Amino acid sequence: MDTAAPPPLDLQHDRPAEHEGQAGGSVRTKNTTCYMCACRCGIRVTLRNDEVRYIEGNPDHPLNKGVICAKGASGIMKQYSPARLTKPLLRKPGSERGAAEFEVISWDRAFDLMTERLGKIRSTDPKKFALFTGRDQMQALTGLFARQFGTPNYAAHGGFCSVNMAAGMIYTIGGSFWEFGGPDLDRAKLFVMIGTAEDHHSNPLKMALSKFKRDGGKFISINPVRTGYSAIADEWIPIRPGTDGALMLALCHELIRLGLYDRDFVARYSNAGHLVNIDPDSDSHGMTVGGEGLAHMNPFRQHNQLWWDRHSGKPVVNHSGDSDPQLFGSFRLHDGTPVKPAFQLLAERLVENTPEWAAGITGIPAETIRRLATELGVMARDHRIELPIAWTDSWGKKHDRVTGNPVAFHAMRGLAAHSNGFQTIRALSILMTLLGTIDRPGGFRHKAPYPRGTPPVIARVPNSPDMVKPDTPLGGAPLGFPAGPDDLFIDAEGRPVRIDKAFSWEHPLAVHGMMHNVITNAWRGDPYRIDTLLMFMANMAWNSSMNTSEVRKMLNDKDADGQYKIPFIIVCDAFQSEMCAYADLVLPDTTYLERYDAMSLLDRPISEFDGPCDSVRVPVVPPKGDCKPFQDVVVELASRLKFPAFTAADGSRKFKDYKDFVINFQTAPDSGVGFLAGYRGANGDKALVGEPNPDQWEMYAKNNCVFHYAMPPEHQYMRNWNQGYNDWAVKNKLRMHPDPVVIQLYCEVLQKFRLAAQGKGPSTRRPPEALRERVETYFDPLPFWYSPLEAQATDRERYPLNAVTQRPMAMYHSWDSQNAWLRQIHAHNYLMVNPATAKAAGIADDDWIWVESMHGKVRCLCRYTEAVEPGTVWTWNAIGKAKGAWNLGPQANESQKGFLLNHLISEELPADASGARLSNSDPITGQAGWYDVRVRISKADPGEAKESFPQFESMPAMPGTTPTRRGWQAFFAGKGLATEMSAISRELKKGEPR
Amino acid sequence: MHPAFSLIFLTTLIGVAQGLFLAVYSIDVLSRLGLSELPMPSFIVAGCAMSVLFAALGLLASFLHLGRPERAWRAATMWRTSWLSREVIVLPAFLVGVAAYGVSYATGSLWSDLFGVVAVVACVALFVCTGMIYACLRFLQEWASPLTLVNYFMLGCASGCTFATLLSALLAPGYTETLATWAIGLTTAALVVRAAMLARNARLRPKSTVQSAIGVKHPKVQQKSQGAMGGSFNTREFNHGRTRAFLRSIKWAFLLLAFPLPAALLWLGATSGAVAVLALAFAVQYVGLLAERWFFFAQANHPQNLYYQAIS
Amino acid sequence: MTQLALVIDLNVCVGCHACVTSCKEWNTSGVAGFLSDENPYDKDPTGTFFNRVQTYEVGEFPCTETVHFPKSCLHCEDPPCVPVCPTGASYKRKEDGIVLVDYDKCIGCKYCAWACPYGAREIDEKQQVMKKCTLCVDRIYDQAIPEAQRKPACVVACPTSARLFGDIHDADSEVSRAIRERGGYALMPEWGTEPANHYLPRRKGTVAVDADQVNRIDSPLNVDGRIPGTLAALIAEAQAAADPASAPAGGGR
Ligand SMILES: Nc1nc2c(c(=O)[nH]1)N[C@H]1C(S)=C(S)[C@@H](COP(=O)(O)OP(=O)(O)OC[C@H]3O[C@@H](n4cnc5c(=O)[nH]c(N)nc54)[C@H](O)[C@@H]3O)O[C@H]1N2
Ligand SMILES: Nc1nc2c(c(=O)[nH]1)N[C@H]1C(S)=C(S)[C@@H](COP(=O)(O)OP(=O)(O)OC[C@H]3O[C@@H](n4cnc5c(=O)[nH]c(N)nc54)[C@H](O)[C@@H]3O)O[C@H]1N2
Ligand code: SF4
Ligand code: SF4
Ligand code: SF4
Ligand code: SF4
Ligand code: SF4
Ligand SMILES: [Mo]
Repeated sequence: MDTAAPPPLDLQHDRPAEHEGQAGGSVRTKNTTCYMCACRCGIRVTLRNDEVRYIEGNPDHPLNKGVICAKGASGIMKQYSPARLTKPLLRKPGSERGAAEFEVISWDRAFDLMTERLGKIRSTDPKKFALFTGRDQMQALTGLFARQFGTPNYAAHGGFCSVNMAAGMIYTIGGSFWEFGGPDLDRAKLFVMIGTAEDHHSNPLKMALSKFKRDGGKFISINPVRTGYSAIADEWIPIRPGTDGALMLALCHELIRLGLYDRDFVARYSNAGHLVNIDPDSDSHGMTVGGEGLAHMNPFRQHNQLWWDRHSGKPVVNHSGDSDPQLFGSFRLHDGTPVKPAFQLLAERLVENTPEWAAGITGIPAETIRRLATELGVMARDHRIELPIAWTDSWGKKHDRVTGNPVAFHAMRGLAAHSNGFQTIRALSILMTLLGTIDRPGGFRHKAPYPRGTPPVIARVPNSPDMVKPDTPLGGAPLGFPAGPDDLFIDAEGRPVRIDKAFSWEHPLAVHGMMHNVITNAWRGDPYRIDTLLMFMANMAWNSSMNTSEVRKMLNDKDADGQYKIPFIIVCDAFQSEMCAYADLVLPDTTYLERYDAMSLLDRPISEFDGPCDSVRVPVVPPKGDCKPFQDVVVELASRLKFPAFTAADGSRKFKDYKDFVINFQTAPDSGVGFLAGYRGANGDKALVGEPNPDQWEMYAKNNCVFHYAMPPEHQYMRNWNQGYNDWAVKNKLRMHPDPVVIQLYCEVLQKFRLAAQGKGPSTRRPPEALRERVETYFDPLPFWYSPLEAQATDRERYPLNAVTQRPMAMYHSWDSQNAWLRQIHAHNYLMVNPATAKAAGIADDDWIWVESMHGKVRCLCRYTEAVEPGTVWTWNAIGKAKGAWNLGPQANESQKGFLLNHLISEELPADASGARLSNSDPITGQAGWYDVRVRISKADPGEAKESFPQFESMPAMPGTTPTRRGWQAFFAGKGLATEMSAISRELKKGEPR
Repeated sequence: MHPAFSLIFLTTLIGVAQGLFLAVYSIDVLSRLGLSELPMPSFIVAGCAMSVLFAALGLLASFLHLGRPERAWRAATMWRTSWLSREVIVLPAFLVGVAAYGVSYATGSLWSDLFGVVAVVACVALFVCTGMIYACLRFLQEWASPLTLVNYFMLGCASGCTFATLLSALLAPGYTETLATWAIGLTTAALVVRAAMLARNARLRPKSTVQSAIGVKHPKVQQKSQGAMGGSFNTREFNHGRTRAFLRSIKWAFLLLAFPLPAALLWLGATSGAVAVLALAFAVQYVGLLAERWFFFAQANHPQNLYYQAIS
Repeated sequence: MTQLALVIDLNVCVGCHACVTSCKEWNTSGVAGFLSDENPYDKDPTGTFFNRVQTYEVGEFPCTETVHFPKSCLHCEDPPCVPVCPTGASYKRKEDGIVLVDYDKCIGCKYCAWACPYGAREIDEKQQVMKKCTLCVDRIYDQAIPEAQRKPACVVACPTSARLFGDIHDADSEVSRAIRERGGYALMPEWGTEPANHYLPRRKGTVAVDADQVNRIDSPLNVDGRIPGTLAALIAEAQAAADPASAPAGGGR
């Protein structure tokens, strides 16, 4: 069948635009938002005869201004992917999980099944329902659903993604990289990127980087590997993984030693001058000392700490009059309490952290560290930016201009994905503070809704098991920011209430939950068993699980009575992922071109430095088959289960569907705050706060699917302490209190936990004995470097190498191997090894090798590279696939030559003396320690199979997917996808496994 | 380059056709000049017929090389610039010329003189075209030399002459010895040419380097990724995909099969008059030529390969 | 005479492949007909692309540069691929210098690909005609497309604007200026093909700091009554003053 004979061509006649292919057919364009990754660029989709002709960046979109990326431009192949699910599916009775044998059912049946099962759980023990979501952007909705359900067992991917980055920075400066802030590369002159391969802010960062370089800035990359962005760095500083904390501390050491810190900034805007009680016998040891008399702008946070005023030589309440704090020194208060300024304590901490010390840990020569410190410090000091913008700070001081220092940083999972990441990121935040670059031009800038408090008080987590009650919404938000032991979600014995043990003594500040432990914990029944696990957009049978091989077994494991240990698993996916095989019920989702979505300020919006910004998706093509948007499924289920927020006073359902929900839902009755901040008010003329607007979606659609609120210049900088901004933010419900967000060089929240571990302090809660020392050690109010926990537990002689992964720019996690164009760019992956390291192990370029960790081994191909630190090996993340998954042929490169590093990474640390197993995560935040694994490499025996290991039973094509295997295909808009159907039918006739 | 069998057959078959025709025609000329006795007309006619057959087979093979054979006629249009186009014109001309010469010879027509000359001109032109197709690609340094032309010429003559020897043993035994002598001489000369070519190519330094390919002047530049992992036209078309050892063994194979072995067999066959031995001589030489042609393509290292060294 | 071309700035190219797939996307439904893919979901997927992004490593650890290198047809001013074509399917347009293939004439003999030293041509294995970058000739003149977007798809897509497009024969064009001012160079100049596309080399941004810039009279340490030296000394001063002081150590100057 040759459905697509070459179209007539007129090129030779030099009439480029007048050829049949293009002139023919009806052509129209529609704007929406990309979701080939989480960056959320605006796209313009041109359709010809209602088929996607091409997708380009929307030139009028504030985020990407018309550019697109490799994934975004391959959206057509996502629509036509043969791995698309199109029918709700129920596991065949009698078939095993993992075998992927399903029968097609109707949506009615699917809803009945879920309503009955979830209804029963809700009216008995709501925590037996767990809802976890992967690489989604729906947390405002899914979080609401969980809370209304009454289960605490909800989280998104943050715990295994980058919670260290979020928490480390939010607890220190009140905002974070990631979607909530970033480097002001328009004005920076020196830019340091640490541990970033291809971040969320994908296109905007690329745009900014090239402009920065063209403007003559210097770009330094600190990374064990030089790829992607780092490729165009002016200087590459290779570093050993997990050691950045030491580097940051040494840089801080140098800046203070040389007097290259921005004293005016540090003294006024951080807690550097706050006096800390240093009496080891005091119950308030390590806490700041409060004075009298300052009005509290925030009942949850004191603002009356004392300074030792350097003019009067007396203790005063901070910022009173013309006072200016002593940063160094040791003092005694009138009541005899010995105190020191936080800055002095920081300096004392840093004494040992010399460049030489750091050199031994990081592998970076001390000379380089010293040079870097002076470059940073002198650049910050001598190239001050001044903007003629008057503003008033939180203590009433009027400033006639905004100033800044042109040194910017960006960091991501290279710091975050280590079990020492929280303290490392605190150290980085402090470094940025010393350089005076927080929310100032040329440095780090916040994005709405940040800055918030350190930590924010917006969402308090429930702190006792009583807050989980049948048929009742949860007594708090499932996720939030604990400010001390009293905010832990534990029972009277100190045991975790959540299935993932977030907010317990094991991981007190697990502000994004700990999705990576859910399956293991539920399987083991520790802390308890659950009944139903609903996974949305998460491929936990592959990419987002640590210890993938074992997790797959757990998903399939049964009790003695033949019941699955995790009795019911619902998976909402758009493709035939590895996870689908383990589902009891599969819900086929739409693609991003087929649905309504809101990227809400209540979740992670696309805000710009200059103000809040949110965006939507609107359908461009109709859903394929019986696909249904998960958003609609959530609203439907919530309505059927009669959640209060989804039910009208008369008991009828409140919202027709998701579209209707977004228009009419408000966070509290008449709060005027909903999912979308733009075009509110009956006529759509109100911004941020306002009554529901029935035409809101249409107005978004007309405005490039975005709402961008540009704040006046006087609200755009110094927002932590900008009174005008904070009053505005409270009025517009971005913040609850207008108090200043003081930078926490010294983190009192951590000290509260440490005190509890020492049997002291304001809280009566105490960690269990087994965790006492752990809490005391890691909850250090000052940053420090320690070896990652996994490395501490590993025989480093036996496993001498660090193994890390990176994001390839042209692939999104595990979900692009079904994309015919993208998989040609990355069909399989190699372990990338420095030739010196490889040769020492007798390994040649292109050899098959074994990579072994304490936990397991994989076989893969080796590729030499000079662009990696010799103690590190790396590979692209999630290119390797399980056989048959994503509807790929059994011989596909992904499963035969590709491999997954996750098999080597454990979700738990080796058992301690008592046999207890703690998560392989940051002891503070519960961030998964992906990049802590240590490995050894050896040449595979030449007689061994030339295929990657482990291999899994091939996953059959699921009902509703499109059968296609051999031959060729090609797309021509208006004529559809031409494929060699004859080959397929031949194959089908032969009865070969598809 | 990736040796395409259609091209290997095309070039070797028409080579035989051309050599055979030249041998037969030489006999005709010799006899006309009275330098030898008149040949059996059947030998001349059969020689032409076989030449036409070989050339036709070659032509057929050339179609196999085309993605769009139905449009092959278009290939004759660009004779002003393209050696390929010229070959496309000259090959049929040669075919027709030889056929006309054969027919007129058979019918005793006076036109045969003219047709003979025309065919010879076409034959030589065809050698030039075929050779130039390869020799004109200046950055394929292994090919960009007059030796390529001479080699095509010599190998065509040698193999054609070998076949003519076989034919004469069947149809005109009186010429067998002469032809065998010629064939041995031509084969030896061809060996000299081919050896010269090998020696030249062994000394070649590629003008293009990875440095000039991407414009980065540093002694150590290595490709890590070529942008496509499952292969592309560029990895299929320009790469033989065989080991060096395989290449070397093919080289020795053709050096043996195309030259000394058929020469020895020719001598044996001619002195013993055993047709089977002469048939073997041709067969061996032809197989040797196939290997030679395979090697000819495989050895040519296209500069584009600098861009297609590694995947990851 | 106009010679349109791309100028690719290796100084900012991050190797994202946006130009690769946006090219495929535009062209598969364009005048070129489709661009087919073989084994799209099986072993060794392969297809026709007009543009590829490659990666090279220069130097040895730790002095390694990673160079991302996009490559498409260079629209040579003296294109060796054109005269060899037996059918005239390959041609260079006089009015703008774009080298094109007429897919209706091409017989798929691949000879032009042999004649291109850059490996810029790819046969479409399904249609069996030779294909290559068209400089988006069906886009750059299309009046139906807003003028700002009337550039090659890869140029519009590129997030780092590493791809400049224009007339290299116009001395005042952005591309000519870039070539002149930033050392634009051609690939494999040794063959005299005079590629129209040029590449801009890496450049190093630097910050020069010398030791005497570090110490200054307004050093914050002076405010805090400390003299730059070792951190231990800074602290020690405080320690010494610690007991029994309730007075600031050295402060208030
Ligand atoms: N070794 C290693 N492992 C890692 C990491 C690492 O760095 N190294 N990184 C970790 C990090 S940071 C993250 S965030 C996780 C990500 O891991 P996951 O959250 O598991 O992300 P994906 O692999 O993309 O899988 C998401 C699923 O969403 C499906 N999907 C795609 N589009 C849609 C849609 O529109 N609707 C629905 N319902 N489903 C859709 C896909 O088919 C896929 O099955 O991976 C983690 N895993
Ligand atoms: N194209 C594409 N874009 C994506 C994604 C994708 O899958 N594909 N995923 C998205 C998601 S969910 C996330 S979380 C972000 C992640 O964005 P990134 O954080 O940029 O992603 P990673 O690939 O995890 O990058 C980790 C980098 O840190 C380096 N590294 C590892 N350990 C260390 C260390 O100890 N110190 C230092 N200095 N560097 C170290 C690695 O070499 C690597 O370059 O990307 C998002 N963007
Ligand atoms: S960066 Fe992400 S959102 Fe933007 S175009 Fe690429 S895939 Fe789409
Ligand atoms: S789109 Fe631009 S940055 Fe990306 S690979 Fe192509 S040229 Fe480089
Ligand atoms: S790059 Fe190759 S295909 Fe393009 S014009 Fe030059 S020689 Fe021809
Ligand atoms: S493949 Fe087509 S374009 Fe190339 S030389 Fe042959 S006929 Fe010309
Ligand atoms: S100019 Fe057009 S055809 Fe050429 S590489 Fe760019 S997008 Fe592809
Ligand atoms: Mo992530």
